[in-house]
Amino acid sequence: MSKWYIGEGDHNDIVISTRIRLARNLADYPFPSRLDNKSKIEVNEKVRDALEGKEKLNYTELKTLTRAQIVSLAERHLISPEFASNSDGRALLLSENEDISIMLCEDDHIRLQVMKSGLDLQGAYELADKIDTEINESLKYAFDERLGYLTQYPTNLGTGMRASVMLHLPALTQNGQINTLASTVSKLGLTIRGSYGEGTAMGDLYQLSNQVSLGISEKEAIDNLKTITLQLAAQERSAREEMAKSIVTEDSVFRAYGTLKSARLLSTKEFMNLISKVRFGAVCGMLKIDLKTINELMVSMQPATINAFVGRTLTADERDVERAKIVRERL
Amino acid sequence: MLCQNCQKNEATTHIKRIVNGEATQAHLCSDCAKSLGYDSMFSDIGFGFSDMLSSFFNEPVLNTLGGHTLRCEKCGSTFRDIVNSGRIGCADCYETFYDKLLPSIQRIHGKTNHEGKIPNATEQSVKRNELDELKNELNEAVEQQNYEKAAELRDKIKEMEGENDHE
Repeated sequence: MSKWYIGEGDHNDIVISTRIRLARNLADYPFPSRLDNKSKIEVNEKVRDALEGKEKLNYTELKTLTRAQIVSLAERHLISPEFASNSDGRALLLSENEDISIMLCEDDHIRLQVMKSGLDLQGAYELADKIDTEINESLKYAFDERLGYLTQYPTNLGTGMRASVMLHLPALTQNGQINTLASTVSKLGLTIRGSYGEGTAMGDLYQLSNQVSLGISEKEAIDNLKTITLQLAAQERSAREEMAKSIVTEDSVFRAYGTLKSARLLSTKEFMNLISKVRFGAVCGMLKIDLKTINELMVSMQPATINAFVGRTLTADERDVERAKIVRERL
Repeated sequence: MLCQNCQKNEATTHIKRIVNGEATQAHLCSDCAKSLGYDSMFSDIGFGFSDMLSSFFNEPVLNTLGGHTLRCEKCGSTFRDIVNSGRIGCADCYETFYDKLLPSIQRIHGKTNHEGKIPNATEQSVKRNELDELKNELNEAVEQQNYEKAAELRDKIKEMEGENDHE
């Protein structure tokens, strides 16, 4: 079955993916940091059983996975770095095409996540909402009329929802507008930051999400995020149009493509920078490459995912060789 | 622990990240965290909340809180535990420490009243659904200038909200 990110969603020239995450806790247990391993597993199995026969999900205790498999899940945004950092008492429910992932006993008992390709906040929310309701049919949630769904960190109170879109913004990064955007969106209750790596955005990928979850309904938060995403997309498109006219840009796109097709060693960082240019070139019609291929490469060329693909832990150099080889074959 | 970046200030922000396939943890002071782009206290991970709580409750306040230690009956957390870890212990903690937590919650979200989805068929949700429905009807009645019906609905709503207050 093809993975969620292979699909082609709306506005996929700019929006790579949409994610909805709901934080929930069971009423009858303290939050995870106050639970011993035995009780955590009890919680995990209750949630698993609540969805039995309703959703087709694979249940995996994290400690049965290798380090590389766990980190690879985080690189593909199926679990959080926090979840990957410690496997004790944690379990994962994952659908076959990886669009639904439920982290059990991370910061909250339940972190339900739905991913869709392209811009599809409505679709992602509807699915998350359905699964949430299914769990709640047999398990009682920690909820307060004033504060909404109760969570281990007060930052998630209220709807417990974090909605986000992953955006590819090469032109706004290049012309520097991205820096002013960060403060603008924060005034609108949203936050934007680099998707991978520290501080800077590798591959010109950014995550735009809602900051506030209390006092704003799911629908309002989603509508708000969608409006801003469409505005950003419009700005990015006009900046791209301007940039695409320049021979310097065209040159850099073809150079990036040439390097990716011939290099024998590719680090993650170099790869992400080059593939970003190639993606830009493909969207602008300079290069005839399927966006699916590019999206898949962007997701699967992260270090641990290569390890998991090869089936053993490679050294950094071996990985760079392997990455270059896979990229040459796919392009 | 000292900040990994400047090696001068106390590290107060702890960030877990995947870097080059390895899960790493960064320990930073608030200044460095800010300059490196980790100044959002609203991140998924939720770091920074402890910082905010401790800055909100200065040392003397924390000490007096320690004097007559109020504990959550369900999980045993004290308010100091919550401030130190930045984490709430259990659902009941929100009830026990409601007044103390409220200012921080207000600062994070700007609001303190939930809007949106409510759990399936709990007693609260049934009541709340009814209340929402009545309020909608009231708005409609006012729009249609059906004041007799509006007055009736208003009394019903008042009655229901009164019941909730006595819980």
